[in-house]
Amino acid sequence: MPNLVGQLINLLASILLILSFAMLSQRRILSLIRLFTFQGVTLVAATILLGYSTNQPHLYYSAALTQVLKVMVIPTLLHRLINHLNVRWDTETLINIPTTMMIGIILVIFSFNLAAPISSLSTSIARSTLGIALACVLLSFMMMITRAKAVPQVIGFLSMENGLFFSATAAVYGMPMVVELGIALDVLMGILILGVFMFQIRERFDSLDISHLEKLKED
Amino acid sequence: MNWLLLMLIIPFAGAGVLALYGGRERAPEVNSAFSFATFIAAAMLTSKVIADGPLYALERQFFIDPLNVFLVTLTAFVAWTTSLFSGPYMRIESDHGKMTPRRMRLYHSMYQLFTCAMLLALTTNNMGLLWVAMEGATLATVLLVSIYRTAASLEAAWKYFILCGVGIAQALFGTILLYLAADRVIGAGTGALLWTNLEQVKTHMEPTILSLAFVFLLVGYGTKVGLVPLHNWLPDAHAEGPTPISAVLSGLLLNVALYAVLRCKVLVDGALQNHMAGNMMIGFGLLSVLIAAFFLSRQKDVKRMFAYSSIEHMGLITFAFGIGGPIANFAGLLHMTVHSLIKSAIFFAVGHAVQKAGTQTMSRITGLLSISPTVGWGLMLGSLAILGMPPFGVFASEFLILTTAMRELPWATPLLLLALGVAFAAVFQRVQPMVFGETTAKPLQHPPALIPVFMHLGLGLMLGLYIPPYLVAWYQQAARMIGG
Repeated sequence: MPNLVGQLINLLASILLILSFAMLSQRRILSLIRLFTFQGVTLVAATILLGYSTNQPHLYYSAALTQVLKVMVIPTLLHRLINHLNVRWDTETLINIPTTMMIGIILVIFSFNLAAPISSLSTSIARSTLGIALACVLLSFMMMITRAKAVPQVIGFLSMENGLFFSATAAVYGMPMVVELGIALDVLMGILILGVFMFQIRERFDSLDISHLEKLKED
Repeated sequence: MNWLLLMLIIPFAGAGVLALYGGRERAPEVNSAFSFATFIAAAMLTSKVIADGPLYALERQFFIDPLNVFLVTLTAFVAWTTSLFSGPYMRIESDHGKMTPRRMRLYHSMYQLFTCAMLLALTTNNMGLLWVAMEGATLATVLLVSIYRTAASLEAAWKYFILCGVGIAQALFGTILLYLAADRVIGAGTGALLWTNLEQVKTHMEPTILSLAFVFLLVGYGTKVGLVPLHNWLPDAHAEGPTPISAVLSGLLLNVALYAVLRCKVLVDGALQNHMAGNMMIGFGLLSVLIAAFFLSRQKDVKRMFAYSSIEHMGLITFAFGIGGPIANFAGLLHMTVHSLIKSAIFFAVGHAVQKAGTQTMSRITGLLSISPTVGWGLMLGSLAILGMPPFGVFASEFLILTTAMRELPWATPLLLLALGVAFAAVFQRVQPMVFGETTAKPLQHPPALIPVFMHLGLGLMLGLYIPPYLVAWYQQAARMIGG
């Protein structure tokens, strides 16, 4: 039984990694939001599975929180945002997609190497997925670097938070409840502020292309 | 009476009240009143700590020890004086059409929330909540940086949000690793993230995990400290936001972020039993001092110049804590205190100077002394103080840092002296024509509140000549705790 659960967790972790790669290569904003929602669903499944197999009820709360915040509230907010701003168009990446994917693969290898000594010290049944979690964080980080538009950058940011959440769940069965609530509050506040902020950018530049935001440079 | 909780509740309540009424005519006074009440609570708390020693609240979730007690008081004090300065300053900005009642409401509410988040970060015993509060402090200030809605301010705020967001995400990963290491020793649950618990078992925690955790924590919180090469957001956010916000960012937020690094360093040093954390801090610190000093000399915008000066000083402090040992740590703590006081005083003076001249470009600000002696002298004395002229406190702490560096790391001393020299020449050369000479500047519509400038300078002067015995005791205890 623990073996099966371990396998399932590994499967979900690989799905998470594939979704991160898909986000890296996806140009349509609507699809990006959908991929982000799938990521949330995968996280919820992994958390419930871990909670069930290790008999830790607080993981159910944490899964419920993820479900509400990352599968329901944030995607809805993002949909409303892009409807209001009318920014469904394809986004351009600063580096072409095949190159991005190659760098992504290198990042994954790097994360596995970095996480290997740590995973061997963890007692969690999901410890082998720590490398994948770190890889998701770095891939989202790269997505933020390579995108020129504001909305994809934000989705990259949120997806990075997903990676962090997964690493906490995988390595230590989630953070204490107070901390998780605090993090969720911060994420929610962050997304609301970003929403306001995007309207301000839009109002000022008539576009959400953040390459407009390159005036402040050292001379 | 639980002053600690009261001190956290007052600004939180203030944020709520001002979110509703922050746009009214008397709102700046209400804002100051809340900040003053917070300061009183902090002062009562401090006097209690002086009498009874360290204390805990809410099942050890909050605590006050020698390392955070003076930072708590300092934060509450500077937040209050800044709110005094902010009143007339923001009125003048409103008259110039830069602020509307709605923006004022946002501004006042977020100002209180920012204070609350910083005090929470300083007093919480929980490393997870520390992270949450740091992120909260960032979020509260993002919309304040962009409050003028100019193209440059939007860019600055976006940069601030994204860079600090990414940085703080690294710190979260570090915190997760810390929890993983603690989980093996203490067992799961909230207790495993309490700093006081971690401190007791620090020698038993797994060094491999903690060394990796510290890399993430230092990079994460270091982004908020403004350490080079993670400093890109800092000059923009300081230059484009309203000046009271520049003052609290420089004077308070950087300190709080550095405080977070220090808490982590204590744990990591205990687990590793080597100087890895210190060496990393020496590296980042030295790089920040050097790079910031040279960038500083190339600035044309007065607020950007002083923002680079903040990077330089935070680098110097990080360097001092990196060397470690009782004297360097003492100097670092003293420098944190004095830098916070003097730098915010400078920003107060700069704020009014910019309003008088109508520009932030230094070459177009001239002869402040002839139109407003208080602003002129405030800026001049503040600049001299921050450049390390005796008898101000910065001189004392820089002197201690340099002498320790000469003993411990002789090769670094010439680099530090070079950077301090470059900074001195650059700042003095630019401030001198701003203060003296002829002027075209106009008087202000509202009398500026300049008492805070001289209060801060006075305290900075006092700390150079005489440090109260209880403060010395805290510094020494905290210095021992931070170790080497």
